[in-house]
Amino acid sequence: MTSIGTGYDLSASTYSPDGRIFQVEYANKAVENSGTAIGLKVKDGVVLAVEKLVHSKLLVPGVNRRIHTVDKHIGLASAGLLADSRHLANRSRDEAVNYRETMHSPPQLKSVAERVGLYLQAYTLYSSVRPFGVSTILGGVDKNGPQLFVLEPSGTYHGYHGAAVGKGRQLAKTELEKLQLADLTMREAVMQAARIIYLVHEDAKEKEFELEMSWIGEETGNKHVPVPEDLLKEAETQAKAALEDFE
Amino acid sequence: MDHFPTNWGRPRNDAFDAYGTYPIAQHPRNAVDVFADGVQRTQQPIVTGTSVLAIKYKDGIMMAADNLASYGSLARFKDVQRLHPVGDYTVIGAGGDMSDFQYIQQMLEELVTEEFASQDGHTLGPVEIHEYMSHVMYARRSKINPLWNSLVIGGFKNGKSFLSYVDLLGTTYTASTIATGYGSMIAQPLLRKAVEGNETTLTEEEALKIIESSMRVLFYRDARSINKFQVATITEKGATISESRHLETSWSFAEGIRGYGSQTQ
Amino acid sequence: MFRNTYDSDNTVFSPQGRLHQVEYALEAVKQGSAAVGLRSKTHSILLALKRSTGELASYQQKMFRIDDHVGIAIAGLTSDARVLSNFMRQHAMSSRMLFNRPVPVNRLVSAIADKAQVNTQEYGRRPYGVGFLVIGQDQTGPHLYEFSPSGNSYEYFAMSIGARSQSAKTYLEKHYKSFADCTLEELIKHGLHALRETLQQDKELTINNTSIGIVGPSSAHEEAVPPAGPFRILEGEKIQVFLDSMVPKDAPAPTTTAGDEDVQMAE
Repeated sequence: MTSIGTGYDLSASTYSPDGRIFQVEYANKAVENSGTAIGLKVKDGVVLAVEKLVHSKLLVPGVNRRIHTVDKHIGLASAGLLADSRHLANRSRDEAVNYRETMHSPPQLKSVAERVGLYLQAYTLYSSVRPFGVSTILGGVDKNGPQLFVLEPSGTYHGYHGAAVGKGRQLAKTELEKLQLADLTMREAVMQAARIIYLVHEDAKEKEFELEMSWIGEETGNKHVPVPEDLLKEAETQAKAALEDFE
Repeated sequence: MDHFPTNWGRPRNDAFDAYGTYPIAQHPRNAVDVFADGVQRTQQPIVTGTSVLAIKYKDGIMMAADNLASYGSLARFKDVQRLHPVGDYTVIGAGGDMSDFQYIQQMLEELVTEEFASQDGHTLGPVEIHEYMSHVMYARRSKINPLWNSLVIGGFKNGKSFLSYVDLLGTTYTASTIATGYGSMIAQPLLRKAVEGNETTLTEEEALKIIESSMRVLFYRDARSINKFQVATITEKGATISESRHLETSWSFAEGIRGYGSQTQ
Repeated sequence: MFRNTYDSDNTVFSPQGRLHQVEYALEAVKQGSAAVGLRSKTHSILLALKRSTGELASYQQKMFRIDDHVGIAIAGLTSDARVLSNFMRQHAMSSRMLFNRPVPVNRLVSAIADKAQVNTQEYGRRPYGVGFLVIGQDQTGPHLYEFSPSGNSYEYFAMSIGARSQSAKTYLEKHYKSFADCTLEELIKHGLHALRETLQQDKELTINNTSIGIVGPSSAHEEAVPPAGPFRILEGEKIQVFLDSMVPKDAPAPTTTAGDEDVQMAE
């Protein structure tokens, strides 16, 4: 059944007669309106990349970040409402700190993902709040090796080898599926991630964008940091070249 | 208002109301006075570390502390690190209660992680860590629940070296030589004599010599010390904490001391 | 009564995933008079247009000092601005108290942005109806940020907010590449030219309706500014010299000043 005008879509605490929660579905719409974010879990680490749509040329490049750091070894990239994703990043940090305090060890990714998933889910239960308008990729390296999770506005979360959220996710997923992710090194993954972001951007014919990438693995001392400037440049050059070949 | 007259003036009593006839929420409770037994706070440290020494030299800060954690007069733990790096620019050394120090380490680790997560090019240096610790220590002492430590904070950031002291009372000062605990009485004069006025000329080798000789004197004199210690240097290149090192000492003179060696008269 | 079913409440997503109440709050910012911000390698500055309700009323304050190294210009509901600037002041003082460190400007802006985000998600609240331009200097140099009621904050080379700010933006977009190497005097001149674009037809910038906020070393026309160049607001007679430096709008462009073609003014 349709949602609009029925009155069943005005609150997260209302089911429609066929059992759907429209407010959560609308939150997913907010995600679809934003630039694509992808994550690659490879042999020796995790690479995150986002297509940051630039709404003004007056913006200072490189500083208005959309990839956040949750803990030393955990990064968070998201698609959707930017302010919501900051809220979620702050909450993720709190959860990571809380884990550290109680367990006296660096948090495992699945624990952070589960806790943040519960937090997201709580915002789908009440009419007094709205769900988060973000899909989030959590990536990092813990004692079990590289990990990658995707959290949806509904609060569900799943582990992935390669993940994509936002407007261009379908095409990005298709591209990710072609890769032998488990055999790639982080450096190779950086090149691939850049290529995919450039490809999905080209496909959507959007306005200006900036490529933002971060990585975490052996090469970074298992710390989540931005991809170094020179490597980012190289990845962008290669991505543009690949795009021209493609056409 | 409790409308069950049988409850009035009575505690909950199973002999009297074995079947819980009255809603629990309406049972009057004996008021609990949390101060009934008085409140006791930490009166003394338990597992303790002894002196920390630190000096300024040409390239930055050098700091040393031995590896002993004593349980009273018992040399209980002999492989304890009492120098702890905080971020990339700072080392904090502690004497006093070792469990309180471990708590402080955790607290600072959290602080540094939070700072790292903001990833905006701003980092905490020794000056900021010092200010923070001085507030923590003073706040705790003002609750009459101190963290039982004397801390030495040394660091190097943006071309400037920094050395300071904070203790369980919240007392703070900065100086070019700092020694805590027993060392504040025995080693401090030695350090001052060697360092004051020479802060900008002392080389790393000279600084190490000063530290080593002071640690040796402390080992001879301080009954809560051991002959095994670490040295931290904090310079432009960052903070490094050495492996444990040992000092050659000679005790043959002790034979001649009345009451120690074999009695001669 | 409402424009659509989904715009009466900030806890409701529209079927397109939009938040109408937040979008309306952004409109409230556009009701306020304009403010302009610019940044060079050495300075950040703010310029704002003050309004008064009539001959007998004073002009409404548009700029606030937050700390020695941070100041803001506002557009929108002044009372909301007071709440937020008070919060910023407390945050700045807490950083000085706890760490003996002037708060990094980006963190100050993020703090109010995070505060504003909550008002877009919980029932019984409304989004703030005010936008800020924040300037400040810290260990990473001078900065300019925009804060908006949606809970977003961005760093810009130059930006304008408030009524008819689009005209100022057009000016800034045309000239922003030259701002980095400008002197303070040149930067202020650019700022005044941008601010002038937001005026109504028959109005002009005067010493009464213009405020200039500066962070960075002193200009030749200022007195007794400490070397650190803390945030200060220039108003009244003090800004006459800067107003005089403006190129009249209809006048032909002056010949290029010695050696720097970037300084060329509006045609």
